[in-house]
Amino acid sequence: MLELALKGSKRYYGWMTALLAVIGVGFGCYLWQLSFGLGITGMSRDVSWGFYIAQFTFLVGVAASAVMLVLPYYLHNYKAFGKITILGEFLAVASVTMCLLFIIVDLGQPMRALNVILYPTPNSILFWDMIVLNGYLFLNIVIGWQVLEAERNSVAPPAWVKPLIYLSIPWAVSIHTVTAFLYCGLPGRGFWLTAILAPRFLASAFAAGPSFLILLCLIIRKLTKFDPGKEQIQTLAKIVTYGIILNVFFLLCEVFVVFYSKIPEHMDHMKYLYLGLHGHGVLVPWMWTSVGLMLTSIILLVNPITRKNESVLAVACLCVFFGTWIDKGLGMISGGFVPSPLHHVNEYVPTLPEIIITLGVYATGFLVLTALFKMAISVKEELSA
Amino acid sequence: MENSRRTFLKIAGISALGLSAKPVFNAFAVSEEHGGKKEAKVIQKKGALTAKRWAMVIDTTKFKSAKDLEPIIEACHKIHNIPVFENKRHEIKWIWEEEFKHAFPDLENEHINDRIKSLPFLVLCNQCQDAPCVRACPTKATFKQEDGIVAMDFHRCIGCRFCMAACPYGSRSFNFRDPRPFIKETNKKFPTRMKGVVEKCNFCSELLAEGKQPACVEASGGALVFGDLDDPESEVRKLLKSNYTIRRKTALGTGPAIYYIV
Repeated sequence: MLELALKGSKRYYGWMTALLAVIGVGFGCYLWQLSFGLGITGMSRDVSWGFYIAQFTFLVGVAASAVMLVLPYYLHNYKAFGKITILGEFLAVASVTMCLLFIIVDLGQPMRALNVILYPTPNSILFWDMIVLNGYLFLNIVIGWQVLEAERNSVAPPAWVKPLIYLSIPWAVSIHTVTAFLYCGLPGRGFWLTAILAPRFLASAFAAGPSFLILLCLIIRKLTKFDPGKEQIQTLAKIVTYGIILNVFFLLCEVFVVFYSKIPEHMDHMKYLYLGLHGHGVLVPWMWTSVGLMLTSIILLVNPITRKNESVLAVACLCVFFGTWIDKGLGMISGGFVPSPLHHVNEYVPTLPEIIITLGVYATGFLVLTALFKMAISVKEELSA
Repeated sequence: MENSRRTFLKIAGISALGLSAKPVFNAFAVSEEHGGKKEAKVIQKKGALTAKRWAMVIDTTKFKSAKDLEPIIEACHKIHNIPVFENKRHEIKWIWEEEFKHAFPDLENEHINDRIKSLPFLVLCNQCQDAPCVRACPTKATFKQEDGIVAMDFHRCIGCRFCMAACPYGSRSFNFRDPRPFIKETNKKFPTRMKGVVEKCNFCSELLAEGKQPACVEASGGALVFGDLDDPESEVRKLLKSNYTIRRKTALGTGPAIYYIV
């Protein structure tokens, strides 16, 4: 099937070349980082995780959201999703690929990465994250490939795929839960030390992932002969609506606990993010933008008139995606490190090479995504022809 | 032909997966006879200082100003090849000074007496009894020695910095760049580090092995006292018995081994 990803229109080749160019520049910067060290980033002794780990966290969510297609289709027999489940699975593959790359670029000694397997340490959550992420990647590649190949040959997928599909449902939940456990099990980091972190991660994931998928569906309909379907998009939109409302609800739960209890160790991080602390607050405008975007999207999504209008829906999905991206991809990680455990306020701002490397990883993800989607859509076009 | 190649690739793939999973399964198989290997034993050098659990008491009443702390910090940073960077983001420190409100943020008190308010406090790795960094490390590059010291293997560390996020005392530093050109005078008896690994105070394990006290204790002129917390006759225990002491962030349950007489 891979040959389907190699043949394409001029536009397809142009897009892939552009992505390769971005990857090339990103890789160049990565070589610089490899030779100099992580000192070329904005990270510091106090803010020891930055943009890379934040993107990783956000994308684990996008990956996990594939379950929002798999679950209705396979457990509730919601037939309409049969058409686009493959898109969710392939989006998961591309997202997990980016997650793993973000971990690699964040390592100080990437050539020692295999030490995690050579000296397995079950008491470390990172060990489990390695297992669940790689497992999820494997599951989605195998399932997606088998189902698509069967569809191409107009036969039923092999029987052994079914148990894997069922397994992939709790597994999707596990990747984001374990990722939240990386943070919420750490003493002395009041911002993350909350049992609601994993549910909150999942809620924002089930908002961000499907909203991105809706945008992809709209693009696919425009650029190809395959129509993901009106009903499918509307059902996804309802999932996004529940996801984003839950996410904002969980955020408000945090805000209440933190500001009513007034325990400084928990409150000061929130203060830093939304109000600024001791005169520092680079993230304040971003965080309020995020709140604004999420609230706007709720208004647009809850109202059936606006939700059913696909152009407005696209705007709402952009709001959801960027609102949750700021929340998780910007605020969640550095917010946990500022103020430091010794209550110093040292802010973090990513540097240019750090951003270019990040874009390189995103471009790699989009390359994988485009190739996989090209395959899936070519099969669908073949069948309808 | 087609079929047999496919079968071969399948078997090869599954075998490769199995081989890479072996160390993972080994980790769960704790039984010794299964592994066929005996646990490595640490052999102590003759004359080495040993203890069940090393601890330190810092008598802050013996310090007047930051000047009194300088030689202590200098002694540690010199023998451990700590680089000096201009960029504060890349800073590496094993032992340093903090104001009381930063060293003990949970004991904040705006009406605290003048002496404590202006007195710099020495902070270093607490060598926690239940260390969050040891729990977090995915490769056992940070591990607990039998004598209670939280040690590091700089050669195994992958630089994921999970331990830095886990430490509630900000005691860990990361080599954001090659430190070697920034070491004033290299001490050949202690390894220098490379870029991309984490480091921290090791309670001078290398000196204890030679029967010497930690460098900071030596340089403190009696203000820092080092000893075995499990030995009721040790100097540390005597000091703890006769003085009121505090430790940093005890509410977190990490069990710090550094005690402060205030």
